[in-house]
Amino acid sequence: MEKRKIRVLLAKPGLDGHDRGAKVVALAMREAGMEVIYTGLHQTVASIVNQAVQEDVDVIGLSIMSGAHIPICIKLMGMIKEQGLDNKLVAVGGVIPNKDVPTLKGMGVQGIFPGGSYFNDIVSFIETHAPGR
Amino acid sequence: MGVATYIKDKKDAIKEVILQSGIKVKPVYTPDDLEEIGFDYQKDLGDAGEFPFTRSIHPLGFRSRNWTTRQYTGFGTPEETNERFKLMISHGQTGLNVAFDLPTQMGYDSDDEMAEGEVGRVGMAVDSLRDFEIAFKDIQLNRIGSGLTINAVASVMLAMYQSVAEGFGYQKTEISATPQNDILKEIVGRGAWIYPVEPAVRLIGDTIEYAMKELPRCNPVSVCGYHIRESGCTPSQEISYAFMIAFAYIDNVVARGYRAEEFVGSFSFNLNIYGNLWETVAKFRAARKLWAKLLRDRYGVQDKKALFLRGIFGGGGSGMTKQQPENNIMRGAYYALAAALSGAQTTALCSFDEAYTIPTERAALLSLRTFQILMDEIGLRDTVDPLAGSYFMETLTKQMEEKILEEMEKVEKMGGMVEAVASGYVQREVGRQAYEFEKKIQSGEITKVGVNKYTEGVDMEVELHEYNDEWAKLQIDRLRKLRQERDNTAVSQSLKALEQAARQKENVMPYLVDCCKAYATVGEMANVFRDVFGQYREPGIF
Repeated sequence: MEKRKIRVLLAKPGLDGHDRGAKVVALAMREAGMEVIYTGLHQTVASIVNQAVQEDVDVIGLSIMSGAHIPICIKLMGMIKEQGLDNKLVAVGGVIPNKDVPTLKGMGVQGIFPGGSYFNDIVSFIETHAPGR
Repeated sequence: MGVATYIKDKKDAIKEVILQSGIKVKPVYTPDDLEEIGFDYQKDLGDAGEFPFTRSIHPLGFRSRNWTTRQYTGFGTPEETNERFKLMISHGQTGLNVAFDLPTQMGYDSDDEMAEGEVGRVGMAVDSLRDFEIAFKDIQLNRIGSGLTINAVASVMLAMYQSVAEGFGYQKTEISATPQNDILKEIVGRGAWIYPVEPAVRLIGDTIEYAMKELPRCNPVSVCGYHIRESGCTPSQEISYAFMIAFAYIDNVVARGYRAEEFVGSFSFNLNIYGNLWETVAKFRAARKLWAKLLRDRYGVQDKKALFLRGIFGGGGSGMTKQQPENNIMRGAYYALAAALSGAQTTALCSFDEAYTIPTERAALLSLRTFQILMDEIGLRDTVDPLAGSYFMETLTKQMEEKILEEMEKVEKMGGMVEAVASGYVQREVGRQAYEFEKKIQSGEITKVGVNKYTEGVDMEVELHEYNDEWAKLQIDRLRKLRQERDNTAVSQSLKALEQAARQKENVMPYLVDCCKAYATVGEMANVFRDVFGQYREPGIF
């Protein structure tokens, strides 16, 4: 039986509108055979979690360039726990300084991909860590 | 054959060079190349300061007038920003380039739920005129011009700038502000949009019409190819899209019964520098020439000054890397060199730490010094358009011109930029280019030093600008106090009048000035437009 394609919700939380990174990563994931749902800009965390449930995704990827990744991730991880979605793989990309990596990992964000990360690394991380793999 | 035979180690030979705009570069250029393109000095270049202005818009270039340096500045509260403004001015910066935080750019007050975590983060927080009074305190607004990086609510900020200047005792006729005010590029590339395209373009038309009559020294629009290039398009497409966007704004005002000649001289451009040096210089030379010709042929503009392509040519953030960040200092210097060789009127550089966060004081000063070294030490001011007449540069300028026109024609066939953006064509094309480019970086086909080549060495750590949570608290306290202290009857009256003007398609600018002077907040004014215009919805672009 063929395995179900990995489903990824790629989200742009908050007010930041720089979406070059999100779009190129979306194209790379699609080329790697994943199903990518892109939220578009200016999403609230609640609406991202809602879409993750609706679309029944395996992975939630956030793209954040404004520097607000920590407050946004705190909110998202809290809401994920509340809703019992702990099995979803969460990854974040964007302008992420090295010093913030332990904080993000500590709250359960497993994948952290700062600007300049390689598509291959992102894809193989998801293929390895997506639930049920 | 070719270059390879002269190189001892053949593996180092470069066999083919294709610029991002799709132009092939030959190893050697000769007078034959000029002949082939039919190069004609008067027709293709003209003297500096003469039509078609390929060489320069000023007869003596930087000899008669140094460029203006405007580092993008603003963070935290208006107090913090005011201090940084003064510091940069004391170090020889000659203009301001104001960065607003995202809630301000998106028309939310600092205490709005949507603003959480973002107040004062990527720019200064502005809720009301009170904040402008602090930010511009002791700045001579009749002498220092200000770029305002604001788009969806640019009309609000231009009104606020006029209000603060008048409050300080300046005449509105002597102040110079350049709000970015380019919503189509926000939709294509930067994402700080609020309203649907049609009313958003109308607001831009309102600012242009108002500035034409009331604010003669202001440049109401800065058309930004810059951000579209940052989003991934090629250098030639950057100019194509910028020009098509400018036409959309011109058409809006022409439809109100004005001639382009009456207002187009107040337009400026914000254009990008990263990537290949030669392609960049050729891009600006081709752009200056084409802009003048197109305005003349399309809109019948005759006035010489109205044909000038003036602009800020800035070092692009996309060229900067997170890896080996100190290399960005060198990149910045070369981008500044490109700006100088291209005859920029105004310049700014992304600082070396901007792949991480907004710049520290040290990084911002280093960018300023980079410009000063070029102009005062190395001799970039000595002569106009020093690459003119080069077999290579003139050939490339001509080829860039053709490429720019090619993509403009595609958009033209779709019915213009408003339609090409509404259908998602431009966004798709830009996204595709970004993806192709990124794949080439990742495969090593395009070299990026410290990223895919010469990656060994110490991983340098940089000192980072730190965000302070206290700023949001201070800002929210001030806002709440303001709401209690101001004359709330006057505020609601001014907002009501604004709403009526927006509904009746009157020019909203005078009403916005009244709102600002009554200390209405940015969020309140933006919400009036939200109620009347609704909100933009992104087309599916994948």
